[in-house]
Amino acid sequence: MTRHDFQTIAGWVKPGARVLDLGCGDGTLLKYLQDERQVKGYGVELTDANILASVKHGVNVIQSDLEAGLSVFESGSFDSVILSQTLQAMRHTEPILREMLRVGREGIVTFPNFGYWKNRLQVVRGHMPVSDDIPYQWYDTPNVHLCTMADFEALCAQLGIRIRERVVMTAGKQVNFLQNLTGSLAVYRFETAR
Amino acid sequence: MQPVSSVGIVVPQTAHFDTPLTLKSGAVLPRYDLVYETYGTLNARKNNAILVCHALSGNHHVAGKYADSDKNPGWWDNMVGPGKPIDTDRFFVIGLNNLGGCHGSTGPASIDPVSGQPFGSRFPLVTVEDWVESQARLADRLGIRQFAAIMGGSLGGMQALHWSIHYPQRVRHCLVIASAPKLTAQNIAFNDVARQAILTDPEFHGGDFYAHDTRPRRGLRLARMLGHITYLSDDVMGSKFGRVLRSGAFNYGYDVEFEIESYLRYQGDKFAERFDANTYLLMTKALDYFDPTHHHAQPSLAAALAPATADFLVLSFTSDWRFAPERSREIVKALLDNARRVSYAEITSGHGHDAFLMPDAHYHALMQAYMERVTA
Repeated sequence: MTRHDFQTIAGWVKPGARVLDLGCGDGTLLKYLQDERQVKGYGVELTDANILASVKHGVNVIQSDLEAGLSVFESGSFDSVILSQTLQAMRHTEPILREMLRVGREGIVTFPNFGYWKNRLQVVRGHMPVSDDIPYQWYDTPNVHLCTMADFEALCAQLGIRIRERVVMTAGKQVNFLQNLTGSLAVYRFETAR
Repeated sequence: MQPVSSVGIVVPQTAHFDTPLTLKSGAVLPRYDLVYETYGTLNARKNNAILVCHALSGNHHVAGKYADSDKNPGWWDNMVGPGKPIDTDRFFVIGLNNLGGCHGSTGPASIDPVSGQPFGSRFPLVTVEDWVESQARLADRLGIRQFAAIMGGSLGGMQALHWSIHYPQRVRHCLVIASAPKLTAQNIAFNDVARQAILTDPEFHGGDFYAHDTRPRRGLRLARMLGHITYLSDDVMGSKFGRVLRSGAFNYGYDVEFEIESYLRYQGDKFAERFDANTYLLMTKALDYFDPTHHHAQPSLAAALAPATADFLVLSFTSDWRFAPERSREIVKALLDNARRVSYAEITSGHGHDAFLMPDAHYHALMQAYMERVTA
C-alpha cells in the first residue's frame, strides 16, 4: 500500500534523479521512488527504529537531526529534496526550507492542511482537530507547527520561494475547488524564486 | 528470533608467502607467514567471502573455540556464526592475524631466518596499507577476487576503508565501525603515552628483550591500563565500579583500594602476560600513520575516497570518545560528496569504544539488516 501523496511526488521526480528524503520514516517513499523512478539518494532519519526499518527496506539512510541543518550535504547535490509529512513536526521551519533549496534544485513538501473544513469545524466546536492526516491528540503530538495552505504560501512568498505546483487531496482523492477548505493533505513543489 | 549457535571448534591455518613484500616504509619482508581462520563455506563462484579485519589487540580468532573447554570464544563470536548478523550459513568469513602481530603471523617475536633469533627491534614498522596488501595476497591464495564485504571496528575499520580505496574492484560492501579516517592529535597523544610506558621499561632492552629472557611487563601493563580507560566511557566506569572500595574503608596507602584500580591492574597484568610489547608499539604506530589524505596534493578526504566504489555501512557509538561519532561522520560526508551509496547510524551505547564488541540488540539488528542486502 502506498500513501496518497507518493504518486504525486513520484510524478514530480525525474527518472534517475538524485533525491534526498528528509525525515524518511521507514524508507517506504524512497523505496517506492527507487522502484518506480530509479532514483539515487538518501533518506535522513533521527530515530533508531526508522533507521533500522530503512536499512531493511534497502535504502541508504543517514542518522542525523534535521533540526541541526543539512551540513553533511554539499550545496546543489540533489535534484529533489523531499520533506514528506515532517514540516509540521519541525521546530526550525524557515531554516529547513532554506536548507532544502541550498542542497537541492527543487523542494517537495507535504503537510496536513489545518484549514481543511473538518479541522476548522472541530476548532469551532471547541477542540483541537484529530483526523486521518492529523492523527494525534493535542497532548501527544509530534506536530509543533501546524499551518494552513494559506499560511505556508505566505511563508514561501516571504522567503523568496516560488511554488511550481501544488496538489491537494482529501481521503486520497484530488480536490480542486476551494482547496484550503476542502483539502486535507497539501503537496507542494517549489524552487528558489529568480 | 531464531536461536543462534556457534561456528563450533575451529582450527587456525597458516599461509606462507615467499614473494617479498615491500612495505610503505621502504623496508622489505622477504618472506612471511599469515595465520588465519575461516568459517562457513566458500561457494563455487568464490563470491561469498567476507574479510574481518582486527583492531589493535585483536587477532585471527574471530569466532568459535579451539576446544570445548575454552573459556572464551573468538573476539567477535557474538557477531559471526550460523544465524548471526554475519551469517556463516551464507558467507565464508575470514579472520587473519595481521603482519607484525603476536598470534602466529610473522611479527617481532618471530624467528628471523637470517639470524636465527627473534626479529625484535629489527622488525620493520608495518602500516594499514601494508596489511591490506598482505590480506590481498591471502585472498589471491584462497582464489577470492572480490569480497562480498570487508569490515572491521576501530583500526579494523581503517583497513576496510583502505581496501575500498586501494582495491575498489575487490570490495562490494565496506563496513566501517567505530572507526576514524585518521587519528586526532589527542588520539595520537594517548598512543604515545602508551608507547613511552613500554619504551622506558628497563626490561624492554630496545625491543630485544627476548634474548634477555624477559618482557617489559610493567610498560605493557601501563599501556594497556591507559588504553582501557580510553575504551570505556565515564558512565560505564561509574556504573560498573563507582567509588566502591575493596575493603570497604580507606587504608591510607597505595595498594589497591578502589574497585576500578583492581580491575585496571588485573586487565593490565593479564594483557602483559599474553601480548607482545613490540606488536603493541607497532600497532599503535599503524593507527597513528593512517591517513588516506596523506600524499594527496589536496588533503581532502572526499578526494582520497573518490576511487571507492563499494557500498558502505558506517556505524558509530554515542559514548565512544576515542573514535567519536564526529570522526565517523567525516567518513560519511566524504562518501556523500562522492555520491557513494552509504548508510550511517549512531548507536546509543554507554560502553564507549568497546561498544563495537558488545552484543547490543539494535547494533546487531542493523548489522543483520544490512547484511541482508549483501548478496553472494
